[in-house]
Amino acid sequence: MKKPVLEVNHLKTHFFTDRGEIPAVDDVSFHVNEGEVLGIVGESGCGKSVTSLSIMGLVPNPPGKIVGGEILFREQKGDKEAFEDLVKVKPKRLRQIRGNQVAMIFQEPMTSLDPLFTIGFQIIEALKNHMKLTKKEARKKAIELIQLVGIPRAEQIVDEYPHQLSGGMRQRVMIAIAMACDPEVLIADEPTTALDVTIQAQILDLMKKLNKEKGTAILMITHDLGVVAEMCDRVVVMYAGKVVEEGDVRTILKSPKHPYTKGLIQSLPKIHQREKRLYSIPGNVPKPGSIKTGCRFAARCSEVFDKCYEEDPNLLELSEGHSCRCFLYEKEGEVAHV
Amino acid sequence: MLAYTIRRILMLIPVLIGMSIVTFAIIHFIPGNPARVILGDQATATAIANLEAQLGLDQPPYIQYFHYVFDLLKGDLGTSLRTNTPIAAEIWPRLAATIELTVFAMIFAIVVGVNAGIISAWKQNSIFDYTAMIIALIGVSMPIFWLGLMQQWIFAQELGWLPAFGRGNPRDPVETTTHLYVIDTIINGRFDQLWTSIKHLVLPGIALGTIPMAIIARMTRSSMLEILRSDYIRTIEAKGSRTLSVIYRHGFKNAVIPVLTVAGLQTGSLLGGAILTETIFSWPGVGRYVYEAIGTRDYPVIQSGILVIAFMFVIINLIVDLLYSYIDPRIKY
Repeated sequence: MKKPVLEVNHLKTHFFTDRGEIPAVDDVSFHVNEGEVLGIVGESGCGKSVTSLSIMGLVPNPPGKIVGGEILFREQKGDKEAFEDLVKVKPKRLRQIRGNQVAMIFQEPMTSLDPLFTIGFQIIEALKNHMKLTKKEARKKAIELIQLVGIPRAEQIVDEYPHQLSGGMRQRVMIAIAMACDPEVLIADEPTTALDVTIQAQILDLMKKLNKEKGTAILMITHDLGVVAEMCDRVVVMYAGKVVEEGDVRTILKSPKHPYTKGLIQSLPKIHQREKRLYSIPGNVPKPGSIKTGCRFAARCSEVFDKCYEEDPNLLELSEGHSCRCFLYEKEGEVAHV
Repeated sequence: MLAYTIRRILMLIPVLIGMSIVTFAIIHFIPGNPARVILGDQATATAIANLEAQLGLDQPPYIQYFHYVFDLLKGDLGTSLRTNTPIAAEIWPRLAATIELTVFAMIFAIVVGVNAGIISAWKQNSIFDYTAMIIALIGVSMPIFWLGLMQQWIFAQELGWLPAFGRGNPRDPVETTTHLYVIDTIINGRFDQLWTSIKHLVLPGIALGTIPMAIIARMTRSSMLEILRSDYIRTIEAKGSRTLSVIYRHGFKNAVIPVLTVAGLQTGSLLGGAILTETIFSWPGVGRYVYEAIGTRDYPVIQSGILVIAFMFVIINLIVDLLYSYIDPRIKY
């Protein structure tokens, strides 16, 4: 049994705007085991990115703020294990952890590197923030990292600027920066969304390789079920700031329970079927906080009944490691998390 | 970088030629006979003929132009009609005084303006932000002569901390080599006088630097606000970099280009037109020199003054352009 390295419990991240308090992440719990790839799936605006930024302590404040819950990160100190709550630690300690034990790569490789500094400088910066290295050692390590992420001509690239590289190359550099200090958890926020398909596959392969070779756990945030099928061991499905279904990747893709998950899978175009119109879930993700009572998916759900509009369903454990937030399964499931 | 610098300097040649043509033409734009206009209605025909010969006006224009350029290249700016001394010898001490004052004013403007702008952007909507931006607004709108007079009243007359007029102690002059007093006093090892000249710079420097300071502060703030929201700043934070490194090393370096543009333009205009400040603080600068020449219709001095001020502007622009490409590797013209 693998042990969790990162545990998110009842996380609440709200945004305080002129139009009131908006719960972008509302009571979200999940965990990442050591060495596994956990996918967080959902449409745009369902709170995936805010969840990942909350873990890194990078939610723009103001207007955003973590108002509740805990983010436990496991620290190995010799034989002993201790959990540290990233919500409560001091900013200085958080800076020591991020980029070092928990690292992150972002959606937009084109704009995620500082245009005025060389690739080498930006990798070395990540190294020097957490390690004592001489100039020479740091440069050597930077070149090794560039090679690790599969960029040719590493010794020239190290002195080049971001604008001289393509999008795929830049995302590799981002991965090199994230991997600089051998993190235990790598958070990847839609790392391939902005890249074209062949490059996507290369980047995913690279991440898979790093996961296998270095044992880095990956928290993969995506809206692409293809990426999930390719990469993930377990999946968390989010809708409107809440977890609606969680389970291992086979269960979720083969026998999804929640109507939303079913809808997502049905919306995938199938290569062998000829359809006049692609399936899509009717409607849009509601604005966070706009639905006060009842299930948040009720308005778009194909299997909706009266109770859905009146009460908020709990997350029910259907089988070992598979849970779902839906009244349809009330009889078979037990209440998993209250 | 070196090739770019050389190319950029070579590109100055057409600008300089254009400048010389314009300043040369000034004397010919005077309606009627320039010599008569200069000498006035009562002048005798001989006096006019003499002046025409002195100014070379009896020759065809292109010959006059070549003489003019040739003299310029030798460093000869002509002779002042009023004092009858070579303008080059007269204008340099004035220009040095202006440069010294401008440098001091711009150091004040940049150091205070940039830092105020950065902190305001970093702590957006804080008390500091509001206070700094209100001060900047007042700074932009304040008439410079009023500010100068208030400074003189408070700091020179009431408190007696700083001198109100001039560049240094006239009873104990320091030998002038560069005419930049701060440098001359250091060359001569007169550190007591160095302190005196710095004290003389403070009030006019602050008066002159207030408007650029306010403009720079506002520009820095808006530029920083945009940069601090960018994706790469988030990446740098995600690496666990310290806040100061995030804000100054990465944030400000990215935000600096528009600030640099504004600072360059402000420096250029201070070099040319600080007449108000120079008058209030009895600062013997180039602005007042040209102003006096206009009053006495000393055309060769006006001509040279315009040329020198334009030249300073060109040099500042060159420096700003070179700094752009030094800061941003993407800029290559």
